[in-house]
Amino acid sequence: MARLKDLCQNPELFSSGHRACAGCGEALAVRQILLAAPQPVVGIMPTGCTEIFSSIYPHAAWQIPMIHTAFETAASTASGVVAAYNFHKRQGNIKDDVKFIAFAGDGGTYDIGFQAISGALERRHKFLYVCTDNEGYMNTGIQRSSATPYGAHTTTSPAGSVIPGKTMPRKDLMEIVIAHSPAYAAQTTIALWNDLVTKVGKALAADGPSFLNVLVPCPLGWQHPGNLTIEMSRLAADTCFWPIYEWENGRYKVNYEPKEKKPVEAFMKPQGRFSHLFKGDAGKAIIDEAQRQIDAQWALLHKRQEAFGAA
Amino acid sequence: MILAKTGNEALAYAMKQINPDVVAAYPITPSTEIVQIFAQYVSDGKVDSEFVAVESEHSAMAACIGSAASGCRTMTATASQGLMLMHEMLFIAGGLRLPIVMPIASRSVSSPLNIHGDHSDSLASRDSGWLQFFCETVQEGYDTLIQCVKIAERTSLPAICAVDGFILSHCMERIETFEDKPVREFIGKYKPNWNLLDIKKPILVGPATMQDYFFEFKRSQIEGMNKALPIIEEVQAEFKQKFGRGYGVIEEYRCEDAEAVVLLMGSACGTMREAVDEMRNQGKKVGMVKLRVFRPLPHQVLAESLAKFKTVAVMDRADTVNAWGGALFTEISSVLYDSPTRPKMLSYVYGLGGKEFSLADAAAVLEQAHAGKKEDLVTYIGVR
Repeated sequence: MARLKDLCQNPELFSSGHRACAGCGEALAVRQILLAAPQPVVGIMPTGCTEIFSSIYPHAAWQIPMIHTAFETAASTASGVVAAYNFHKRQGNIKDDVKFIAFAGDGGTYDIGFQAISGALERRHKFLYVCTDNEGYMNTGIQRSSATPYGAHTTTSPAGSVIPGKTMPRKDLMEIVIAHSPAYAAQTTIALWNDLVTKVGKALAADGPSFLNVLVPCPLGWQHPGNLTIEMSRLAADTCFWPIYEWENGRYKVNYEPKEKKPVEAFMKPQGRFSHLFKGDAGKAIIDEAQRQIDAQWALLHKRQEAFGAA
Repeated sequence: MILAKTGNEALAYAMKQINPDVVAAYPITPSTEIVQIFAQYVSDGKVDSEFVAVESEHSAMAACIGSAASGCRTMTATASQGLMLMHEMLFIAGGLRLPIVMPIASRSVSSPLNIHGDHSDSLASRDSGWLQFFCETVQEGYDTLIQCVKIAERTSLPAICAVDGFILSHCMERIETFEDKPVREFIGKYKPNWNLLDIKKPILVGPATMQDYFFEFKRSQIEGMNKALPIIEEVQAEFKQKFGRGYGVIEEYRCEDAEAVVLLMGSACGTMREAVDEMRNQGKKVGMVKLRVFRPLPHQVLAESLAKFKTVAVMDRADTVNAWGGALFTEISSVLYDSPTRPKMLSYVYGLGGKEFSLADAAAVLEQAHAGKKEDLVTYIGVR
């Protein structure tokens, strides 16, 4: 268990003055992760919200070395940085034990950078890949990604008179990552800060590639007031819309069991991207289907925990 | 040491001698062998390099950028579709001023699919901020790749060393190689301008820029390319001094008193030399200008050389599909526009997709250049 009292003594490596929207969940995730990470850390990021709000020349919010190349290249650029580090380490040019963290959004991870992350995991580069998942291409103005949930309105899955928002469920990225047998993989969200920082510690201690899928509410894209970001994050966990779990050595562990599993409406209702679903029977049917998917996913996760859990 | 090596073998051998810190690469015909021969050097402990067998060329260049930004001498190799897939990342390597060195076995670009040699891949990458060298022989490929390391690092520009796919990459030639030690002495130890892994001095590599700074960054990159030519000449001179073989940014072959010349790049220069000799035997005053350095375009050197001829026939081994022929023709024509004397310009496209370019074809071009005229705007040599 980390203590806030201790964490707040750590230097702020993601400094204030960056250009994120008020209530941005992604900025909070980056800050929390860097507070928890053992130093020194070198960062890698693709093009996306984080890059744009942290790194507009001549300003930079990063107090760690950071490299940005292109949208689909977080994992591939990281591969080169880690290879260079291994070379320097082998030659005795670098004495420090350096950690590497790639911060990418769901667009750069689930979609355009998908091949690169698969390649990097297979090659076993030792780095932590963090997907700050806000369920859409928010940087370019809220387009759907394969992380966008069932029923959500985005500008490329718009709710219209015929089609009610996104008609497909999200891609199960965690299972795909786990299929690569990484050193560690976990899913969490910013409201559960202690869970997040604990997982950062585990991921960076793992001997090989590790992965964190961190749900980060986006006031702009989800259309909720900026002061409800943490509330949305908590509701995602409490409705089991976003299960909090980890995978290690072939074993699943659910890290957060809500005392009372709330209905998905509790998560959807405050968000404008689902507002079209609360206007009639057709919308009700979609909410019911979303609930069914969540229940099935939650049950499956527990089956996996049971089948592959701690001996 | 005298060795019999194909182009790919010679380039891989040069890479072994260069002993780069990191190589991230993906195989593609006709440059595959460079990567696989190098991988064997790694497995046999003949080099100190970290080898990253990436899952695509896009990732190859992204990894090379990550490595080069982290203070490592970095190389890769590719061709054709691979270079096309890298295209986005080529500009980023150029913009970040990272001296990555990349041999290319030049090949056509699909569609239709074709694995054979032409210059479409490198020429399509001409605006990406990379130095580009085109080699006539396997020997020149070997020598140039070694030079490229020094030139790239001294200019802070990435460098492409192109040999024609199959025609050079797969043809065995007698080459004269050097010992490892003098090669390593020649290239020296890599001293990066900055290093992402300098933990005590954190830097941000690859920021976003707005309207207020982007152009200034690009202007400074352009200035780097503007200043590259004397550095190339300097390194070529150092190479000649150490190893005895000299190269210019262009080569004039039998151009003394010539009235007409043919300008071209790559392996076809060898064919053209023969054709020039035959024409000279017939008393016709023709010559050849070989362009070895395409980026930066040595415009002053070219203008000085070419303005003295009555006719310049330019031969492109790639077409820009702009309905006006190849990139070389339009660029060379532009170079000569402001010359006090302007030669008659003839445009030829040849050898696409490995189409045979014969001695007879070369002679026919020289005949037309000698006559100083031809019927069509662009001549597509040997197309049925």
